[in-house]
Amino acid sequence: MAKRTLVETVINNEPVELLCEPRQSLLEVLRDELHMTGTKEGCLTGDCGACTILVDGRPVCSCLMLGVEAQGHKLETIEGLATGAELHPLQRKFLEHASLQCGICTPGFLMSAKALLDKIPRPTEAEVRYHLAGNLCRCTGYDKIVRAVLDAARESG
Amino acid sequence: MHEIHYEAPTSLEQAVGILAKHGDSARPICGGTDLLIQMRAGVRRPHYVVDVKHIAALTGIAFDPKSGLRLGAAAPCIEIFENATLRRHYPGLVEAAHLIGSLQIQSRASVGGNLCNGSPAADTTPALIALGAVARLVGPKGERQVKVEEFVVSPGRTVIQPGELLVELLIPPPPPHSADAYIRFIPRNEMDIAVVGIGAAITLEGDRCTAARIGMGAVAPTPLFAAKASQALVGKKFDAVAIENAAQLAIEQASPIDDMRGTAEFRRHLVGVLTRRTLERAAERARRN
Amino acid sequence: MAVKKEAHHKYRVVGTRPIRPDGIEKVTGRALYGADYYFPGMLFGKILRSPYAHARIKSIKFDKALKLPGVRAIVTADDLPEADRKPQQMGEQQVSPYYLSCNVLARGKVLYDGHPVAAVAATSPHIAEEALRLIEVDYEPLEPVMTADEAMKPGAPILIDDLRNQEEGPDQPTNVATHLQFKRGDLAAGFDAADCVIEREFRTATVHQGYIEPHASVGIWNPDGHATVYTCTQGSFTVRTLATKVLGMPEGNLKVVPSEIGGGFGGKTTIYCEPIALLLAKKTGHPVKVTMSRSEVLRATGPTSGIHERVKIGVTKEGRITAAQVWMAYEAGAFPGSPMAPGAMTVITSYDIPNLLIDGYDVVVNRPKTCAYRAPGATAAAFGVETVLDELAEQIGIDPLDLRIMNGAHEGTQQPFGPVFKRIGFIETCEALKASEHYNSKLTGANRGRGVAAGFWFNAGFQSSASVYVNQDGTASVVTGSVDIGGSRASMAMIAAEVLGLPIDEVRPVVADTDSIGYTDVTAGSRVTFATGMAVYNAAQDVVRQLKERAAKMWECTPDDVEFDNGVLRTRGDVLQPQQLTLKELAARFIRTGGPVVGRASVSTGGAGAGPAFAAICVDVEVDPDTGKVQILRVTIAQDVGTAIHPSYVEGQLQGGTAQGIGWALNEEYVYDSKGVLRNTGLLDYRMPTCLDLPAIETILVEVPNPTHPLGVRGVGEVSIVPPPAAIANAIYRATGVRMRELPMSPPRLMKALQEHRNSREGQAAAGR
Ligand SMILES: Cc1cc2nc3c(=O)[nH]c(=O)nc-3n(C[C@H](O)[C@H](O)[C@H](O)COP(=O)(O)OP(=O)(O)OC[C@H]3O[C@@H](n4cnc5c(N)ncnc54)[C@H](O)[C@@H]3O)c2cc1C
Ligand code: FES
Ligand code: FES
Repeated sequence: MAKRTLVETVINNEPVELLCEPRQSLLEVLRDELHMTGTKEGCLTGDCGACTILVDGRPVCSCLMLGVEAQGHKLETIEGLATGAELHPLQRKFLEHASLQCGICTPGFLMSAKALLDKIPRPTEAEVRYHLAGNLCRCTGYDKIVRAVLDAARESG
Repeated sequence: MHEIHYEAPTSLEQAVGILAKHGDSARPICGGTDLLIQMRAGVRRPHYVVDVKHIAALTGIAFDPKSGLRLGAAAPCIEIFENATLRRHYPGLVEAAHLIGSLQIQSRASVGGNLCNGSPAADTTPALIALGAVARLVGPKGERQVKVEEFVVSPGRTVIQPGELLVELLIPPPPPHSADAYIRFIPRNEMDIAVVGIGAAITLEGDRCTAARIGMGAVAPTPLFAAKASQALVGKKFDAVAIENAAQLAIEQASPIDDMRGTAEFRRHLVGVLTRRTLERAAERARRN
Repeated sequence: MAVKKEAHHKYRVVGTRPIRPDGIEKVTGRALYGADYYFPGMLFGKILRSPYAHARIKSIKFDKALKLPGVRAIVTADDLPEADRKPQQMGEQQVSPYYLSCNVLARGKVLYDGHPVAAVAATSPHIAEEALRLIEVDYEPLEPVMTADEAMKPGAPILIDDLRNQEEGPDQPTNVATHLQFKRGDLAAGFDAADCVIEREFRTATVHQGYIEPHASVGIWNPDGHATVYTCTQGSFTVRTLATKVLGMPEGNLKVVPSEIGGGFGGKTTIYCEPIALLLAKKTGHPVKVTMSRSEVLRATGPTSGIHERVKIGVTKEGRITAAQVWMAYEAGAFPGSPMAPGAMTVITSYDIPNLLIDGYDVVVNRPKTCAYRAPGATAAAFGVETVLDELAEQIGIDPLDLRIMNGAHEGTQQPFGPVFKRIGFIETCEALKASEHYNSKLTGANRGRGVAAGFWFNAGFQSSASVYVNQDGTASVVTGSVDIGGSRASMAMIAAEVLGLPIDEVRPVVADTDSIGYTDVTAGSRVTFATGMAVYNAAQDVVRQLKERAAKMWECTPDDVEFDNGVLRTRGDVLQPQQLTLKELAARFIRTGGPVVGRASVSTGGAGAGPAFAAICVDVEVDPDTGKVQILRVTIAQDVGTAIHPSYVEGQLQGGTAQGIGWALNEEYVYDSKGVLRNTGLLDYRMPTCLDLPAIETILVEVPNPTHPLGVRGVGEVSIVPPPAAIANAIYRATGVRMRELPMSPPRLMKALQEHRNSREGQAAAGR
């Protein structure tokens, strides 16, 4: 077993100390070490966005970041999107608009959409489509996803 | 078993020290959006990954109207296109940075990494060439500066020597009545590597062109400075004839290949189309400056 | 989103849009997909794959790899029994266990780039990957055969030594596995009667289903020979049958637990990782997780066939189609079994044509073995027919939708392969599209064009089982064996709620493993809401029957004297004293009236043709005349959906299929180099549409109830993918004057066609001068 490094980070507002191998991606650390499997793997090459998390508020493909690079940064994952029993408006709207079919892309879309709404609370449809272009969904044709994000913005804005 | 170590130096000296000590088996990492994929595919197998994002000189972005822009090699693209000063003075470079991958990629990917990766299709490289950018390298033997058009020597290979580090890109201030632009062609509307990319910076005095530089991507084994096409514009009236002439010279210089992203024939055709479009966009901006 | 109702809606729950029961788990990241399982002591498996498209395996040496610390086992085809060669009906497919086994782990020969050769289990995925680098395989490369055209040429290299077909006889090695023919009427006379005959040739590329979740399985092997596999599949029972055949074990010894599944579209109806995970688990005594990377998915899991097609159709000047001839060769990939047959069965079935000849060939080539993809075989086939129809409509000067309506199949039309249509909605669908705001809007602007096309998919029925349990508090759970790819749990709960008169949130849908429910075929062929829905409907009716019996006992009457309506049991007023009891009240008394009530049903609804569905689509495009790039400006799809149980998820199926059809039309394709090695093994260069590539997708649900289903359900999942490529080709023609006959219509290809078109026009103009 290769030498493990101690990484101090904050995940969903909780300080976390973890051990990982330098070669492990942050995605692997979340899944294989912490068993936080809400963040999904679709490609490992940055193309699908299923592994999107927020690092210091910015959307990032966790498959293209090393676990050790998380040192000192604040991470947000799908597991932290709802507050206790209360869903985030985006989660609620995704359900109401039937924005998921298989649902494998959903955590990534939700995190990208959160980053968008945190930055632009009332985006246009074009802005929504632009901000979600790094997330692939093969099931829905995106229509209902875009509607849900616009509706969530309308409601909270 | 292939071991990997991670180092995160906070000064240039430390970084150069580590890189020099391990030579070929060490690689700097900025955003990692190229490096991690290459490591996973087994194309690059470094033993030491040296994170250069904790070194101030590599992450800064500083603009001075007299001396121009110092762009830290590791600054992520998102900080480039969110920077109003850069959007104002280097719109072409900003649009190139804004084209790299998705927002998720742009949160990490750097212009320095884009250049050091040595891909002929890197989007920001033609934009840098158009701006006349120079790369500042620091290594065990000290410091040197290399023009961006001379930086990449073959696909995936650059002038960087073992132990050396790209610190920043030095970009001259934009002259009055000048502007830059970058346009690439991709089959989709996002998330593709350029089939062809053209960067251009021009200066217009009235309807005359007094300076021009055109950079080309994905048309040869390395990004190119289209010297003849650029020269042909200078001192002439900037009109459709001049643009067409430049486009033809650009096509002549291109030596593209057939690959999964496009045929050579299609690429040559695109060089013409994009040279025209990029020059027109740059000119339109220049007229407003 | 228009819903055009034919049926007057008499339903309470069906047709509403409740929140899906499994939704919360999926928006919070709690739902477990194939790769999300972790077990104590679990090892990680990785697969070594062939770098050659076609080669003989001379030897495999893995002693170095075995010595790497952390490596626990290595398996090759030698660890598998030699499976039966005879094709067998397995669920909806004809499969030769031998070919299946050879596809899981290559035996003697590799037949495509990415063909599995060996697999390693180790304590970490990285160690397993390192071990793969240490396995030495000695290959003797052979000449690859990459297209059906090459493979059918006399003297072509032969992929499978013992492959034979009936026509060529038992002594002739061949790459053609099957030739299928449908014939009707007098073809020559039909063409003679036509005023206009057009014959064209088409080619389509290999494309992948592109589900976002790569394959993943965890195998667990008990020393007593019983085993469990957790896996993302469209059919847990199919996995059980196929995996036990390949592993040579009794079916009953394997339990398949289906995980949540991150998309399949037909691509997860066979086995890849499952037997390997089980073999490695058996060898190591540990649970073993095998996951694929994206490049493994693209290189080695079933894409769908590229085809070569010739279409000839004749019409009278009034617009009657008098004859049609279609010839198609499908690339099956490395082993027989392309979707040629369903392609031939659907290619021109939307139309009532007196004289027909359809020929289909199933041809092996050095590409991955194809697997089903949404309306398998139909999209590529329709591309030719639907563009030729467009040309014919233009030639005789009638509206392209009118041509389709005039010749459209209807109740009583005989399909080319035999059966006669019952009530169907093809004509209604075309009429709905013709009446749409989109079709009647004006499209202005240079380089823009509008195209239409239609499509057909017969939808499969097959077997399903369901149980409905009523709890003591009057809530219910519905257990089925159909995995939920796109919201089918919601539909199952709604059907049960409808019958039982319960609110939707008091019905829990459950997807069970293979030990916990009766046999159920795959989630594919648009069959879940149809067939499993029918089983659920019947199981709920079985509950109602038992409730009536209980009530009758209490009221001392016969069950026939009890009515059940909207959750309330009543005596029939005309016969007896009025008595009434709600389901809830009765449930509270189960304990005293004979114990829990369990409703059960199983159905076998027949194969193809169970719930025929049709779609018609209208697309506006803009073509960049300088680059050949196509933008989709607007798209509307109308589809005959039968009764829409949950209209949102029905719309979602239409939108998803349309998006896949657009990707197929414009940019998706497998690109091989001259040696048969796949070049685009990632999603950056296998270009599926992003949300910036698509507009809003407008849907029109045409509800023509299916007479063979108690609720009028038709399969809705597939047909939407069929018409987009042809509609886009037709739109490109309107925009540019160029007819595209090859998919994808990617920028380099379209640019070339535009240039040739301009040159030929200039040439003609010059000649005329
Ligand atoms: C999904 C996806 C989409 C992409 N789309 C595009 C696109 O549209 N256009 C495009 O041009 N690129 C694209 N890329 C490629 C990549 O994102 C860019 O090349 C990016 O700019 C690389 O920057 P980085 O900071 O991530 O580099 P890294 O991966 O960190 O480094 C790249 C290489 O440069 C070396 N290096 C890095 N920094 C230094 C330094 N300071 N000194 C010396 N050597 C150094 C590294 O060792 C490595 O070999 C895409 C990548 C992905 C994953
Ligand atoms: S898994 Fe990270 S982008 Fe696909
Ligand atoms: S819902 Fe299946 S990929 Fe998006």
